[in-house]
Amino acid sequence: MLKRVAIKGAMALAVSAALISGVQAADTIKIGSFLAVTGPASFLGDPELKTLQMYVDKINAEGGLLGKQVELVHYDTAGNAQKARTFVKRLIESDNVDLIVGGSTSGATLAVIPLVESAKVPFISLAGAVAIVDPVKKWVFKTPHTDRMAAEKIFEDMKSRGFKKVALISGTGGFGRSGRAQATQVIGKYGLELVADETYGPKDTDMTAQLTKIKSTAGVDAILNFGFGQGPAIVTKNYKQLGIDLPLYQSHGVASKKFIELAGNASEGVRLPAAALLLAEQLPDSSAQKPVVVKYKTEYEQKYNSEVSTFGGHAYDGLMLAVNAIKKAGSTDKEKVRAAIESTKNYVGTGGVVNMSAEDHLGLDLSAFKILEIRNGDWTLVK
Amino acid sequence: MSVEFLQYLFSGVTIGATYALVGLGFAIIYNASHVINFAQGEFIMIGSMATVSFLAMGMPMPVAILLAVALAVVTGMLLQKFAVAPAKNADVVTIIIITIGASILLRGLAQVFWGKSFHALPAFSGNEPINIAGATIVPQNLWVLGVTLVIVAAVSWFFTKTIIGKAILATSHNADAAKLVGINTNMILLFAFGLSALLGAVAGIIVAPITTTSYEVGIMLGLKGFVAAVLGGLGSGVGAIVGGLILGIAEAMAAGYISSDYKDAVPFVIILFILFFMPSGLFGSRGTERV
Repeated sequence: MLKRVAIKGAMALAVSAALISGVQAADTIKIGSFLAVTGPASFLGDPELKTLQMYVDKINAEGGLLGKQVELVHYDTAGNAQKARTFVKRLIESDNVDLIVGGSTSGATLAVIPLVESAKVPFISLAGAVAIVDPVKKWVFKTPHTDRMAAEKIFEDMKSRGFKKVALISGTGGFGRSGRAQATQVIGKYGLELVADETYGPKDTDMTAQLTKIKSTAGVDAILNFGFGQGPAIVTKNYKQLGIDLPLYQSHGVASKKFIELAGNASEGVRLPAAALLLAEQLPDSSAQKPVVVKYKTEYEQKYNSEVSTFGGHAYDGLMLAVNAIKKAGSTDKEKVRAAIESTKNYVGTGGVVNMSAEDHLGLDLSAFKILEIRNGDWTLVK
Repeated sequence: MSVEFLQYLFSGVTIGATYALVGLGFAIIYNASHVINFAQGEFIMIGSMATVSFLAMGMPMPVAILLAVALAVVTGMLLQKFAVAPAKNADVVTIIIITIGASILLRGLAQVFWGKSFHALPAFSGNEPINIAGATIVPQNLWVLGVTLVIVAAVSWFFTKTIIGKAILATSHNADAAKLVGINTNMILLFAFGLSALLGAVAGIIVAPITTTSYEVGIMLGLKGFVAAVLGGLGSGVGAIVGGLILGIAEAMAAGYISSDYKDAVPFVIILFILFFMPSGLFGSRGTERV
């Protein structure tokens, strides 16, 4: 009997504690986040979280948002889609967040879409796959360019150089598979022909066999490699070893200095599509993006003493889209915020100029991508 | 012989040589203790990652390599002393599980101290491709083959000509009898772990310029090395080397002539066949059960 009373007492305490914390929550604007800060996709989640923390602190230091402090509620998914679901449930049901910015990988994002859709919480994803915004989902937005856009940008460049036949080599990880699917879908639009289609495992350490096959395929004009991690670096090294004198294109998956470091001088002359952020100071002064990316780059590099990456830039764009929308909506009413994000026009971010609409929850066009070439171990803009 | 065939062969032999070194490490520990040391892959990782970080501290390459190998050897001995030795009366299976635990611990420590990103070692002597009958290799391929040959020769000399080597062999044949003739079998085990850590670390360092390295590079290489050791007949040094080469070449040929999708399945298909038709491997001594 006594025991039961004790339990009831404890429950009452817990309920009142929850009530109190609920009251407190009303004084802050809660932005929820779930990122792959550890695990295989940590190179995405780590700069993303650092960026979110840095700018949330900055907003609070400058007086907050709508006169309230912003609170970042973050959970580490370690790149696991199942965990992502659990955490998003927690964000929605027990943390009562006003909006979610997160989801480092496409897998994690796609897994939580049904949850945010039924809970009607605005969600800005930081992952790449086209499937996130195509078809459009009412509550889901995203900031990074899609792999389809990367493929289109590459084929556009190949076409302008008069190439006809393309050899594709791609990783069998999520990114490479999706990239391969998109590339094979859009290649026809550019009048190009796929003459070789090779793959390699995400942990493979030698791709000379696949590249030898490509080398002995007749009539290839250019090679395209879709993948990320160390794979593309090994492909590039092997390509140099085999003395293949065809132009090599990489995807935006290698758009970090790490790639140049890993591939060494074999990366000379490699072309890839990437966001303007990588060029920063090299951008022409006429570019509207220049002040934004230079500012983000200096602030990030000063604070964390490490090279800026486009992934952190996606988080910056996501947070700013959210902040602008809340300002515009003048409240944290979820439907108003959602509508405000959807009506974003001419937002200049690190990824490009964003113009959203009810049919387009990404809002970037091909001009957001620049084709870069690696020269002397650094990025150069191809004009 | 077509150019492609030659190219696949070179790739296969290079990667096969590293499998062989790793496999040899498995074989040495198995011989001395009948334990499969699943932390073998982590020695590969420690060798290459430590070299990367010593280089980053500004040390010249040879010093960095020596220190990294030494670090791996010490780790191997500590592993034996503090994880394997205390459980010496336990089942072999228990000890194998201990080594799996140790490998997870080592990987975790590496993740904390060295971070999670990939690193490349500079090639030992340049990156200019060498053309051999139409196929090309980089100088690092030759380093891998050369170092492997030297190590294999040194190891076989060690086991047949030195007193410690003979003592290890004696222990592997009959630990009790070895003890009776005055061999300190505990020291032998310690030595075996140190030696196989050395082999793993060297393998890791010589391939790192080709394959790049990270805190989890040991998983796949370790597994393939294990397959090489089993393929050749567990405990046979020659077997591990032949097994490694067969594995490497089969993988490269499969990627070249069949499809790269099936490349990683090849080792496991081969091992299924070998175990089915020759349960003790290519060079393993036929096990006899006494009733």
